[in-house]
Amino acid sequence: MSDAHSHDAIKKHRKIYLIVFFSLLAGTALTVGLYYVHFEKLSTTVTVALIVATIKASLVAAYFMHLSHERKAIYSTLLVTAFFFAAMMYLFIYARTDVPLETEFPASNYVPYSRTPAK
Amino acid sequence: MEIPYTVKARPDTGLYNAKIGIWLFLASEVMLFGALFSSYILLRVGADPLSWPQGLLNIPIGTFNTAVLITSSVTVVLGWSALKMGNFAAYRKYQAVTVLCAAAFLVIKCLIEYPEKFGHYEVWKADGTRMTGHIEGNPFFLTHKKLQEGKIESIKFQPDKKHYNDKPPADAKGGAAKPSPVEIKTADIKRLSAFTPAHGTFFGIYFTLTALHGLHVLGGGIVIAYLWGPGAKLWKTDPERYANRVEVSGLFWHFVDLVWIFLFPVFYLL
Repeated sequence: MSDAHSHDAIKKHRKIYLIVFFSLLAGTALTVGLYYVHFEKLSTTVTVALIVATIKASLVAAYFMHLSHERKAIYSTLLVTAFFFAAMMYLFIYARTDVPLETEFPASNYVPYSRTPAK
Repeated sequence: MEIPYTVKARPDTGLYNAKIGIWLFLASEVMLFGALFSSYILLRVGADPLSWPQGLLNIPIGTFNTAVLITSSVTVVLGWSALKMGNFAAYRKYQAVTVLCAAAFLVIKCLIEYPEKFGHYEVWKADGTRMTGHIEGNPFFLTHKKLQEGKIESIKFQPDKKHYNDKPPADAKGGAAKPSPVEIKTADIKRLSAFTPAHGTFFGIYFTLTALHGLHVLGGGIVIAYLWGPGAKLWKTDPERYANRVEVSGLFWHFVDLVWIFLFPVFYLL
């Protein structure tokens, strides 16, 4: 059992767990609130939403999963995972650009109901 | 035969075996969900922006489910810490909340959210018009083919105020106008689809990822419920080993929560 799992340390951590819990709820409220703020660019919306999600995920990993004070063996495992995860993401996204030069995608040809002129 | 390192740490890793095992398993899970996430990104950036379904999922329900999973995550870790301090009664209370949260999440997903989509339609008319809405009588899984086979000549359709995230037409007060129900002849329909995986890539990947996540919630919930119920006998004979089992199940549960933290904004809000 690591020092971080000792009786006193656990007692101290219980307060932190509750702080993290309320932070996660606040983060969720922020994410939903930001949805109603219409950013001009889609890329801004995506970036902001993913930053908030990453902060929330980091809090879960660091405190609930105890990654802020874990053993080296676990960090090593996660480092290898992170490398392969990043490589996979890169390959998938790179595939998007894997089209012949000067390829033109056809413009949208659909007519949404709300834009149909009233008859 | 005694299984080694169920409580004592292995000298080389500094961890008991189940802990290193669950982290290796979680590493494989990262790759599984990562592959599906990257598929989603590829489909999203490659789609025609105007025809990518947006604003069709129920945000209040999704937000509530997020809060349910976050609550279950904190009760798991509080339960484990109560156990490490020798308070078995408190552990039981916390884990009971966790199991209830898992059940609530699945009930909301399977009995409210999914059926809501099975009765929500998009119709592609032969003149190029597309609209989303509900068919009178709220039938599930209706298609153009089924209309033709059933010799149904027309459907009464209540269109939504807007199509996807398109700006809706304003009424006299400046708010979004509620369209009147329309009668659509089967002969005028090119395609009719409920929001099922067959509707298109968005709902294909939405159902794949959320159903896979739901299976994880189910699996994690069953393990936590087992440890809370019949598996709790181990506490009397080997409390340290029991606490380790609870910790391992908790690590899996936090991962399930972590995946949802990304799924929620990606599908519901972007």
